Amino acid sequence: MAQMEPAPKWGMVIDLDLCTGCQACVTACAMENNNHFVGEEEVGYGRALYWLRTLRYWDGEYPQVKPNFQLSLCQQCGNAPCEPVCPVFASAHSEEQQVNLMVYNRCIGTRYCANNCPYLARVFNFYDYDIPEPLNNYLNPNVTVRRRGVMEKCTFCIHRIQAAEQKANQENREVGGDEVITACAQACPTDAITFGRLDDPNSRVSQAARSERGFAWMEDLGTFPRVVYLKGVGYNGS
Amino acid sequence: MAAEAKPLPGSVVRGAEEEDLRAEHLMLDPRPREEMNQMVMEAMTKTTPAFWIAISVLGLVVLVCLFGVWIYQALTGMGVAGVRRPVFWGIYIATFVFWIGISHAGTFVSAILRVFKAEFRRPFTRAAELMTTFGLAAGALYPLIHLGRVWVFYWMVPYPNSRWLWPNFRSALVWDFLAITTYLISSTIYLYLPLIPDLAMARDHSTGLRQRIYRILALGWRGTEAEWFRLRTAITIFAFAIIPVMFSVHTIVSWDFAVGVVAMWHSTIFGPYFIIGAILSGVSAVVMILFVLRATMLHMKYFLRPEVFDSLGKLVLIFSMAWTYFFINDYLLTYYGGDAAERQVLLEHATGPGAWVWYLMLICNIVIPWLTLWNRRIRRTPWMMFIITTLINVGMFAERYTIIPMTLGHQRIPFDWGTYVPRWPEISIVLGTFALFMFLYLAMTRLIPMVPVWEVQEGHMAHQLRKVGQTEIPSITELE
Repeated sequence: MAQMEPAPKWGMVIDLDLCTGCQACVTACAMENNNHFVGEEEVGYGRALYWLRTLRYWDGEYPQVKPNFQLSLCQQCGNAPCEPVCPVFASAHSEEQQVNLMVYNRCIGTRYCANNCPYLARVFNFYDYDIPEPLNNYLNPNVTVRRRGVMEKCTFCIHRIQAAEQKANQENREVGGDEVITACAQACPTDAITFGRLDDPNSRVSQAARSERGFAWMEDLGTFPRVVYLKGVGYNGS
Repeated sequence: MAAEAKPLPGSVVRGAEEEDLRAEHLMLDPRPREEMNQMVMEAMTKTTPAFWIAISVLGLVVLVCLFGVWIYQALTGMGVAGVRRPVFWGIYIATFVFWIGISHAGTFVSAILRVFKAEFRRPFTRAAELMTTFGLAAGALYPLIHLGRVWVFYWMVPYPNSRWLWPNFRSALVWDFLAITTYLISSTIYLYLPLIPDLAMARDHSTGLRQRIYRILALGWRGTEAEWFRLRTAITIFAFAIIPVMFSVHTIVSWDFAVGVVAMWHSTIFGPYFIIGAILSGVSAVVMILFVLRATMLHMKYFLRPEVFDSLGKLVLIFSMAWTYFFINDYLLTYYGGDAAERQVLLEHATGPGAWVWYLMLICNIVIPWLTLWNRRIRRTPWMMFIITTLINVGMFAERYTIIPMTLGHQRIPFDWGTYVPRWPEISIVLGTFALFMFLYLAMTRLIPMVPVWEVQEGHMAHQLRKVGQTEIPSITELE
């Protein structure tokens, strides 16, 4: 049964040609969203709480190798596989912002959503992690600190979206197409990440999304992702 | 011994053949009702020191390995388990499916055989139904054990609350919850109904505290014609009604996986595949339990004869073949479909680091039953049947393990391929639920009559010999 794609609102374009794999976005994301530091051992075990990851693939045989990077984050699917499987609506769709919400307080930790996410964008709080002094001062007051046993994932910096919406509301206008910028886009030194409103044809993000290099990740699954990747042609090595 | 036995039909004098037939079939080898009552009561009330040692060890294991470790896990976090990205479900869910599968066949054997009037079921229906109830009790713990925040598990329950927050009825986990609850309640009623006359029998043969408990549980059963009529009607209705419930439960368990977008889970064949697998492992578990009951309880060798193992062995063989059919369908059609992600999973199952689990499954579920269960002598040797059915259950556990962690570890993003090895708290909790099952079962064997005496007696009185193919079997048609 074909489902109608809901009209996208907020979206992101990631230019894989510009991405150098420097991981500045990963760091910025973790700082912005109060992601716990789980420690070296746990990261090695595969329990890092990164909402945004760079997947690195090597092309070719040594010494003629070249790295390829793909940023992996929640695609904020219009038809998200994680939503119907949650028994308690902790993974829910926001009609207003057209993003995929994660309600930490409602999550009971079945981890079904994480299994069903083809992008593996979800991470789980396996423990209560320490935030020793003075690290507690880095916490962003606009973002909830999560406890053990709940899922979390990229929110498209929804606290920034909401702040912009409130501001626009007070000024009696619509939020501008380029008014909100996510932490990862802000930190990207090569400007590989563009964020904004896809429903505004003049915003930077919709202009970039119209590029002929654009593709949606795992488009065949019918998830209608809100992230558009621009195909990288790569560099030719040294 | 066969003093009051019905004469065998037919005018031919059978001589030695009659002796064989009567030794073979419980239905043809009657004893007086009072003697059977005494045998069952003795089996129930006599305990040996070995029994007390076993039950206290099991109780201790339940307390420490299951509840102790579970509390430790809940207080520390799910991190004590081995799950990690990308394998978010590990051995807990595999064991959950395993237990639900086990619980399946208890009622299957009892209800289907009752509906089809297979008379060899009579002495062991209760043992099988009890397995259903306790298998569910052990399995139903897992959806709670594997929760990250178990203290708010009740959010999955549809209950009215001030915020009008209901569970998500689109989620397979909610279907699961409802299906398992329905099955638990209906199979417990189905266990209880045929138990009433036996509880009344136990009430009349005991004293003191036991008698007072049985008096309450027997609901004032006197054995009048009207009571028998209603009981038979109720049992017949339940036997028919519980069959679709039973099929729905395991189909819904399979939907936990089949409704997902995960490669190799997203399969339309999972419903029947899981049901056949459940019946295979469950009927095998019935054989295992009957062997233990026969070996440890008094007088059980009279009730549980080799005919029981023989017939169940045939069932196991048939279901092993049916399971193979679905297994090949699942893999062959997926391979033929050619989806790259699914092919990767198949390749990982057969050649990856966990491939031994996959081959263990094939050996235990196909090779072993197919090579052994053709043989009538093997089928009629209880201890050999015990070994074979144990291996089949090992194979079925391996099947669930293949389907869950080994499939999750090899999905669409090659960068995130990973493996999973259970850690000690997981293994401890899994062993703990096995101990819980055995503990509850063992306790119950000394609390309720394990053989439905009235059903056996009914068989003694009402049977006829029917020719089915080359053999003659006792059957009952005029009742029920």
